[in-house]
Amino acid sequence: MATGDTLPHPGNALPHSGDKAHPRSRDGLDEESRRWLQDLAGGGHAHDDAVRRLHELLLRAARFEVSRRRNTLAYLRGGDHDDLAQQSADDALVAVLAKLGSFRGDSRFTTWAYKFALYEAAVKLRRRAWQDRELPLEPDAWPTFASQALSPGEHLAETELLRALRVAIVERLSAHQREVLVAVTLNGIPIDVLAERLNTTRGALYKTLHDARRKLRGQLAADGFDIADGEREHHR
Amino acid sequence: MTGDLTPDRRRLIAALLGPGEPELTCDQCFEELDRYVDAAVAGADPDLAVPGMRAHLAGCPACAEDYDSLLEYVRHADERSSPSA
Repeated sequence: MATGDTLPHPGNALPHSGDKAHPRSRDGLDEESRRWLQDLAGGGHAHDDAVRRLHELLLRAARFEVSRRRNTLAYLRGGDHDDLAQQSADDALVAVLAKLGSFRGDSRFTTWAYKFALYEAAVKLRRRAWQDRELPLEPDAWPTFASQALSPGEHLAETELLRALRVAIVERLSAHQREVLVAVTLNGIPIDVLAERLNTTRGALYKTLHDARRKLRGQLAADGFDIADGEREHHR
Repeated sequence: MTGDLTPDRRRLIAALLGPGEPELTCDQCFEELDRYVDAAVAGADPDLAVPGMRAHLAGCPACAEDYDSLLEYVRHADERSSPSA
């Protein structure tokens, strides 16, 4: 079974008590999850059969994800879809088996396993979609959202907030923070694609984005804007 | 004063400013995603099970996509495996 580079995955989470549809025993595992773990941890034919079934399960999930995104995959030829699903399932299998010892029953085993297959497929699809494309890191979207026709009231409110936001982006953020913020929030570049291109990790980039947003919020608050959660009201 | 902002601009400002509340990191999000989805599928309150997840999903488009994918697939797989399917 050929495997590509398995994407980096973090570890696991905390236990919870299950639900009526998937009752859990005293060790926190539902019956199906326990069977998966027993079979995979064992040896011989039962182990080999469990690995085969696990790969089938992961492949179904990966194919579902590829199919779900089929309308965004104009750049892929017909046979590429299944190749990508196969590669995702292969890589997910490696990741699941490597992390098996850290599964603690926070969810059903199958849900835990699916996320590796879907993650592998999603990241590969996002990377393929941006392959050989230059990443737009400049704020091309500014004119789009600042120039549409507005009523005088709208115009005044938007002008104030957007001007303050634009100034804060230019003056308060570092060049790297500005680049990441613009790329991810204005230009729609997937954060894992950007991470690969900048030779860093998704987590590191999100930290940069988080810090940039905190700076912007702080500056807007200092400027007298009241930025509420959700609807984000603003007023002087 | 929210009425002064068009929905597109509200969304854009929300994207620029992020959730503005405690949130998980991308790594923590991946760790907890299966738990969060299973809680949602079971009809429990996923935000009670995993505090900080909702805020992160609001601020991280890639993780939000991963969440949508897992939720949709788990529901699909559960339907396929249910006795009435």
